[in-house]
Order: sequence, then C-alpha cells, then structure tokens
Amino acid sequence: MATLALSLHFGGGMELLFDNRRDHEITITLPAPADVRLLIDWIATNLLQERKELFLEGPSLRPGILVLINDTDWELEGEEDYQLKDGDDIVFISTLHGG
Amino acid sequence: MPPKLCALCDTSRAIIKRPKTGQQICKECFFWVFETEVHNTIIGAKLFKHGDKVAIGASGGKDSTVLAYVMKTLNERYDYGLDLYLLSIDEGITGYRDDSLETVKRNQQQYNLPLKILGYEELYGWTMDKVVAKIGKKNNCTYCGVFRRQALDRGAASLGVDHIVTGHNADDIAETVLMNIMRGDIARLGRCTLICTQGEDTIRRSKPFKYAYEKEIVMYAYFKKLDYFSTECIYSPDAYRGHARVFLKDLEAARPSAIIDIIHSGEAFEVNEDVKMKTQQTCTRCGYIASNDLCKACALLEGLERGMPSLGIRERRKKEDDTPMPENLRTIPMFQMPDVNKAATVELSSS
Ligand code: SF4
Ligand SMILES: [Zn+2]
Ligand SMILES: [Zn+2]
Repeated sequence: MATLALSLHFGGGMELLFDNRRDHEITITLPAPADVRLLIDWIATNLLQERKELFLEGPSLRPGILVLINDTDWELEGEEDYQLKDGDDIVFISTLHGG
Repeated sequence: MPPKLCALCDTSRAIIKRPKTGQQICKECFFWVFETEVHNTIIGAKLFKHGDKVAIGASGGKDSTVLAYVMKTLNERYDYGLDLYLLSIDEGITGYRDDSLETVKRNQQQYNLPLKILGYEELYGWTMDKVVAKIGKKNNCTYCGVFRRQALDRGAASLGVDHIVTGHNADDIAETVLMNIMRGDIARLGRCTLICTQGEDTIRRSKPFKYAYEKEIVMYAYFKKLDYFSTECIYSPDAYRGHARVFLKDLEAARPSAIIDIIHSGEAFEVNEDVKMKTQQTCTRCGYIASNDLCKACALLEGLERGMPSLGIRERRKKEDDTPMPENLRTIPMFQMPDVNKAATVELSSS
C-alpha cells in the first residue's frame, strides 16, 4: 500500500463533471503498484459527480481526454502504467468541447 | 525512467508526443513546429496577400482562441502585412454564448485586436433562446448553422474584410468527411476538405488549422496558458456528430495518423463543380446568395415569423405556402458584398 498526496486538475470542460472545480488536492492510499490506472478508477468512484461515460470508456479513460503528468504528456510516461509518486501533479483536459 | 530528450534540439526534456509523427519534443520546439506548420499551410495554399483585411471567426473556444494567437504571432513574425480583426457571432444562448463572449472580450484586450460582435437578435430578431422556445430542441442546430454562416458574412462585410479565417482543425475536417460519407453526400465530401472556399458572392473563407491536430491545439493552449472557454452549448446534443467524433477519437487512439489519412481520402473525391453545383442566385428578399428565390436564412426566418417552422426546413415549398407575406414580418436587411479587389485571382488549393 502507498499513501500519496496528489494534485489533480480538470480542464477543457471536464471540470463540469467535478462540481465545476478545476483543482482537487487529494491524499489516497492505493495498493501497489499504484499506477494511473488505479487513480482513474479511484477518481471515477470517489470524485466523479455525474455522467461517468464522459470520463470513462469501459474501464479506461475516454479517448479525447488529454493527460499530463507533472506537465508532461502522459504518452511519454507510460500512460496508465505510470507509477504514481507522492506529490505528483496530474492534469486531465477534454478536447471534446466546442472550438 | 530518465527524462527523454527532445528529438529536435536534443537538449531540453521532451514534454509532448506529436500525434502526427510520434516525435517526442520539448516545449519550445513544440511551439516552434506548431507555428511553423501553420505558416507553411498558409504559404503553401497562398491564403493571403499583403494588405489583406482578415477577420478571425472567434467563439472564445479553444480553436479560435489559439488561431487568433497564432495568426497574430505569424503576422508579426513573417510580416504578412494583414489587418486582423476578431469577429464574433452572438447566437443569443443564455449561459453559454454570453459567457464565451466574455472570453472573446478578454482576448481582444490580450491580443490587442479590434472586435466586432454581431448578434442574431440584431440581425434576425430571433435569439437562439427564442428559436428553441418556438421550435424545440430538434432542428435548432440547422437554424443556428444557417444563421451563423450568413451572420459571419454580414459581420465581415460590415468590417470591410476580404477574408474570414475559422478555427476548424484536422479532427473537425476528418469528422466532416466521415459524416459526408455516412450520408452519401459526395458533393460536400469533395468540398469539405478544401482549405479555402469562395463562391462568387461570398467572402473568402479558409482554415489555416486544416492540418493541425486537436491534441496539439489543446496542448498549445495549455502550455501557452491561453484563456479559452469550454462549455458545451446547452442546446447541443447533436447525437450524430457526437458518434462520429467518438468513432474518430477511437481510431486516433489506435493509429494517430488516421485523422490525416481520412482528410486525404476526402481530398481524393474531387468533384467536378460545374456539373454538380446548383446555380447560385441572390435572395430576392435580402440579396444574400441563395440557390432558390429565398436564401436559407430568409426561408427559416419566414417559417419562424409565420409560426410555421417547417416552411424553411422543407426542400421544396408547396403552392399553399406562397400566400403573400404578411406586412409586418421581420426580414433581414439587404446584403452587400464589401468593395474589395475582386479581380484578385483566387487559387483554390486543397493541399
Ligand atoms: S450546438 Fe447547435 S444551437 Fe448550440 S451553438 Fe452549436 S449549432 Fe448553435
Ligand atoms: Zn527541443
Ligand atoms: Zn435572404
């Protein structure tokens, strides 16, 4: 088990799914290996207010949502396999909202 | 994992994986290649001439906000010599457009560009709120789309501009290609991938972001900390478009080049315009381009005013529709093309 303090941010319209709040400071305890897959699952169960289908597709993050881990594209960090560290900063941005 | 170095400069830490190329690059190189590719698109398609007056269709959303920023940057960097304006259409949607217009007004300050806002209320006498109250949430996007198109032209005409640029990105165009395929609309399929369109009596329109991926636009806005608005229109659920979008994002997740590949296949459907296009005429009531006696906006407006919305939606009017127009009906003011140098040759380019 690992206890982690994380900063989460939601943007691009995603904040509407989270009580219209962009920034969330959380402290969570996750079983090892504490990867982003578990975090997404935790968010869907504990933080998400409504309309799960706008966040998840099956068990994974919905395509069209960009993720940055410590200001780096998560595609460079192993996506769901990234191992969370205490103090990590994770940003979720929807690209699906109007241009 | 040690931080990966940028594939371009080999000195800074990579922060983004480009969907188009798979390259991993740093923030400064990302800004540079993104801007340079848009510049190359503009130059390659010869979109502008020195001295052109160009209106940026600005909604306050991510694409047009990034477009305004990049157009301003490139205009200065490469000395395009363009006179840039922000042009916003106020559809009159409470809780949506009024908020996004606040964003456009901040952009006006931030980018120091003149802003013109034209509202449906002012032009048609009907806000979208009123339209939806009248017709419900079924065809509202048809009204909104027809009204917006004409409002943009009229707004541009009142600014005296020669050219409108919009923030349509590669994902939008790929999505439109897919939808036209699903509808079997081959004529539109050929046209929807054009970077620049101009009929005889419309103002030139183009899409400098034709090859820019949505992911990169959003990442650009994020890293540049640009101020944009991202709430869905309250009347939105256009389910068909929604499905096409989701399908596209799934494809992109599996193979990022899918977006560009779809655009290229759309481009392969070249339409012989002389054969396919209906002849254009001008609206007998308002002077705007039309393919029938009335332009689409006048037909829709008449339906609303008479309390017979189906009047404007049907393809062909029936005899009994042609009762004389009641005197006090609202109509749209006469349209006049701005007096620009029309002799200039226009190159329609699709690459
Ligand atoms: S979703 Fe429909 S009603 Fe809303 S702004 Fe777009 S076109 Fe207009
Ligand atoms: Zn670099
Ligand atoms: Zn008309």
